[in-house]
Amino acid sequence: MIALIDYGAGNLHSVHNALRKAGAHDVAITADADVVARADRIVLPGVGAFRACRDALVAIPGMVDAMNEAVNGRGAPFLGVCVGMQLLADAGEEFGRHEGLGWIPGTVRLIEPADAAVKVPHMGWNDVVLNGAPPLIEAGEAYFLHSYHYEAADPAHVAATTDHGGPLVAAVARDTIIGCQFHPEKSQRYGLAFMARFLDWKP
Amino acid sequence: MTVRTRVIPCLDVANGRVVKGVNFVDLKDAGDPVEQAKLYDAAGADELCFLDITATHEARGTILDVVRRTAEVCFMPVTVGGGVRTPDDARALLLAGADKVAVNSAAVARPELVADIADRFGSQCIVGSVDARKVSEGRWEIFTHGGRQPTGIDALEHALRLADLGAGELLVTSMDGDGTKGGYDLALTRAIADAVSIPVIASGGVGTLDHLVEGVVQGHASAVLAASIFHFGQHTIAEAHHALAAAGVPVRSA
Repeated sequence: MIALIDYGAGNLHSVHNALRKAGAHDVAITADADVVARADRIVLPGVGAFRACRDALVAIPGMVDAMNEAVNGRGAPFLGVCVGMQLLADAGEEFGRHEGLGWIPGTVRLIEPADAAVKVPHMGWNDVVLNGAPPLIEAGEAYFLHSYHYEAADPAHVAATTDHGGPLVAAVARDTIIGCQFHPEKSQRYGLAFMARFLDWKP
Repeated sequence: MTVRTRVIPCLDVANGRVVKGVNFVDLKDAGDPVEQAKLYDAAGADELCFLDITATHEARGTILDVVRRTAEVCFMPVTVGGGVRTPDDARALLLAGADKVAVNSAAVARPELVADIADRFGSQCIVGSVDARKVSEGRWEIFTHGGRQPTGIDALEHALRLADLGAGELLVTSMDGDGTKGGYDLALTRAIADAVSIPVIASGGVGTLDHLVEGVVQGHASAVLAASIFHFGQHTIAEAHHALAAAGVPVRSA
């Protein structure tokens, strides 16, 4: 069973639709920590502000503990999408500094291009460039929509980058955890293929 | 490369039915916005825009069903504009599967609506509409009611205000150009695009592929929106991408 965590994220249903289209048959949309604790795979969606998402997630009794036990305890594959990926960091700096899950060391900071002609939010299709040979991610073009970006403390956790006035992290990975800044649920064939690989992932 | 310039077909929808849309292919139900959205998804559109022009309050819920059904079969970003008056209107559209909502007349009367939506759902999901007409050389004014009603509000100031309040993007429509096929108002588009740090979508007046190119090269837009040149089979999304690429504008390869 795939637990798709329902904590009020706006892209919940789009991610659900994409998982189903990618071949998932048993997706549980859930706000129940017990369901997450026994899930085979976990997906954390997310759009909007880091703090609002973090607050909504920790407000669910036992949820963060259940995620921790499932992912870091017994190695259940985990996918974080957009802000669901950013929450993996130690902290986010949107509307003040706020603690994240701290699963993949790093900080989420505002994109501040040196060139004033580079627009923020980073909005639209852009390259996904592999960093080494990461799991699941393939080179291609995906849809991005974000004003803050993940600064990973350890370059070895950067699975892919993109370029928007300089390199930005497009995906992070560690062990059974993968997070993508782009929106696979909005990246047509590229995104659905990525979702399908996650569903088959046996790290 | 850098972020790609987006080509965005726009469908006008009233009471859940397409009023201005694709009419050159055999569709089971040409009036169904979802059928049309699927065509554009398959054609490689970078985003899709639904403009809800439903006149009566009672029928407004119809767009939610359209968005919900579209999100089930199309895996591309969707913006919905028209009739968004409150943060709850925005919330309903976002939960139905819209990625962004565009606010127009309500944000003219009450620009704070943009901040309310941005605070609750993030700047990335709020598009500020700037519907303008030229009133003198180098000056444009915001018009409402489909371009009939002047407001006295300076378009550039309004655009800056919307960006300041947290809009993640601006949809700049020349009401002079809309429907004329004479091209975007490039001076208007450029004045706004150069003044704000958020992306600008050029809209209103596209009649040729060259107009799309001009919108980016001369208007400095990050995205180009068009309706009839795509709906009536005059050009495909791929042709639009090719024309932009030929002019040195970065576009999606897939």
